[in-house]
Amino acid sequence: MAIFINEHTKVIVQGLTGGQGKFHGLRNRAYGTNVVGGVTPGKGGQDVEGIPVFDNVADAVRATGADASFVAVPPKAAPAAILEAAAAGVRFIVCITEGVPAQDEARVFATLQRDFPGTRLLGPNCPGIISPGRCNIGITAGEIAQPPTAGGRNVGIVSRSGTLTYQALFELKQQRIGVSTCVGIGGDPVPGTSFVDCLAEFQNDPETSAILMIGEIGGSAEEEAAEFIKANVTKPMSAYIAGVTAPAGKKMGHAGAIVSGGKGTAQGKMDALRAAGVKIGANPTEAAQLMAQIIAALG
Amino acid sequence: MDLFEYQGKQYFAKFGIPVSAGDVAHTVDEAVAISERVGYPVVVKAQVQVGGRGKAGGIKLANNKAEVLTHATNILGMDIKGHVVKRVWVECASDIAEEYYASFTLDRAAKQHLLMLSAQGGVEIEDVAAKDPTAIVKLHINPIVGIDEVMAKKAAADAKIPVKAQDGVAAILVKLYGCFTKGDCDLAEINPLILKPTGEVHALDAKVSLDGNALFRHPEWEAFRATEELDDRERLAREKDLQYIGLDGDVGIIANGAGLAMSTLDVVSQVGGKAANFLDIGGGANAELMTSALEVINFDTNVKSIFINIFGGITRGDEVAKGIVEAMRRVQLRAPIVIRLDGTNAEEGRKILADAGIPTSKLMSKPTMLEAARAAVDLANGKTV
Repeated sequence: MAIFINEHTKVIVQGLTGGQGKFHGLRNRAYGTNVVGGVTPGKGGQDVEGIPVFDNVADAVRATGADASFVAVPPKAAPAAILEAAAAGVRFIVCITEGVPAQDEARVFATLQRDFPGTRLLGPNCPGIISPGRCNIGITAGEIAQPPTAGGRNVGIVSRSGTLTYQALFELKQQRIGVSTCVGIGGDPVPGTSFVDCLAEFQNDPETSAILMIGEIGGSAEEEAAEFIKANVTKPMSAYIAGVTAPAGKKMGHAGAIVSGGKGTAQGKMDALRAAGVKIGANPTEAAQLMAQIIAALG
Repeated sequence: MDLFEYQGKQYFAKFGIPVSAGDVAHTVDEAVAISERVGYPVVVKAQVQVGGRGKAGGIKLANNKAEVLTHATNILGMDIKGHVVKRVWVECASDIAEEYYASFTLDRAAKQHLLMLSAQGGVEIEDVAAKDPTAIVKLHINPIVGIDEVMAKKAAADAKIPVKAQDGVAAILVKLYGCFTKGDCDLAEINPLILKPTGEVHALDAKVSLDGNALFRHPEWEAFRATEELDDRERLAREKDLQYIGLDGDVGIIANGAGLAMSTLDVVSQVGGKAANFLDIGGGANAELMTSALEVINFDTNVKSIFINIFGGITRGDEVAKGIVEAMRRVQLRAPIVIRLDGTNAEEGRKILADAGIPTSKLMSKPTMLEAARAAVDLANGKTV
């Protein structure tokens, strides 16, 4: 088991003939992901190293039976690409595109909610999702993730930051701790999938024994997660929050990472999570070490 | 990107929101010319992106040319909380009967737009929220539905804005929402939104923050970018297309990924140091990018040591190492580098750095983020490591 994806997930890449789409789409396939097709308007009938390309998502879904899409198109085109995939019946959409305007994200999210409630969007501006050894959609380097052990203690990871997630994957791997699924929800103001969505799935996933969460300054997603954890999550957790020293009013690289009006501080988020029983690491390494202790204690 | 008041008012005007007749002046002569054109009395307002302008003497009423001369001379060049006034906005003075507050933002938790409206304007909305939270009406708006005059008028009534002003307020709310959405704002705020004795409703101030991600569909924003208050380091970084924020410490930071860069600042602080900057070089740590990054760090004379924190995912450690060695050939650095290289091919990368023949007084490698931070902070403090 894994959350959102598994070894049967069939993936199409929107933008497969572009630089990012080709590079990461082929890497995902090399990892073992079922990349069954690509979509680029006007390039239907071509192929990218044996992967058939279609003019639109509906054609691709009809021909391949794809149930997931990897959107790797520029910010201007991303909102329409996401909605096209949803309209074609794709149930899981991963959008890595950085730089989508917040107004577009809000409209896309509201449209999905109203017209395609069965579709889940991950991102935009996220590293994607990996279920080690089974399926990798996005830009994560698969080799730094330890596959889960059957019947063993495995960790679910959910994160707002790419590199910090890789760091966590890498450190768990060095300690030979398996990862059930690692979800990067992205650093934008309106992420399609939230911490709470992932925590709910991990709580119900029999393969996941504990959860590692990586947050950052800005917004209130970590505080909402803390409320949810208090009420619903029984699995042990560790977490790290980046941006303790970030100055107020400055966007720290991610569009969503900003402390404004004294709200969204790292300290407030850590306090909320700690109060919900989550062990907090002072840096990503420490959060991974705390997770190793949690796994050891579970036996 | 935060706009100055005058830019915000010009932006409002494009979306049909009524503002006072006025213009921006860079000199005393320009201020006088504008005053003569719009007619006395006028208000001369310092253009700085910081609160408390009025208290600092940056907003003055002028009844005639002599008063404009005095006030513009005093205000231009004035220092308000570290911000030097380079421009004043000169506008026709308004008679005020009542002051309200209106703003649109994105409520990230609800993933909807949020209207905040209050009959108590002209003061900080945070103060109103603290004293009397019921005085602020908060209305969520579905981004694919929007707000019409009927909804807006109901909000005005709920906010206890008097009946005589409700139609005027509602009309402005609909236009302000258009500015917020079509104009790609993170924040569109009017405080105060005034009712004149004549019954007209009108924006007396403008606070606008734009979403930088939407720059591609707003070529007109280039003019706003030109006046952004960046320090010299930030301006250089922008020229080189780097994600850089200047800070006031002495440890220069280069990291790949926004989260890791933020985390690096935190770890430096944990071991007692202070970062000179935030700099995310993203996924591609090649020689070109690393050279640009080191040039910007090197430009900052406060920097006493440089901490390069790289985690290799798809970017391989050996490529990063080659990039750093090449960049160090191109840039004559004033400060020593401490590097922590981890992840994919990190060992190969560390070997390349060790074999490059660079003395450890200029470049040293540490295996963990914490150890590297300690070394960088020690070097910045003049200790030998």
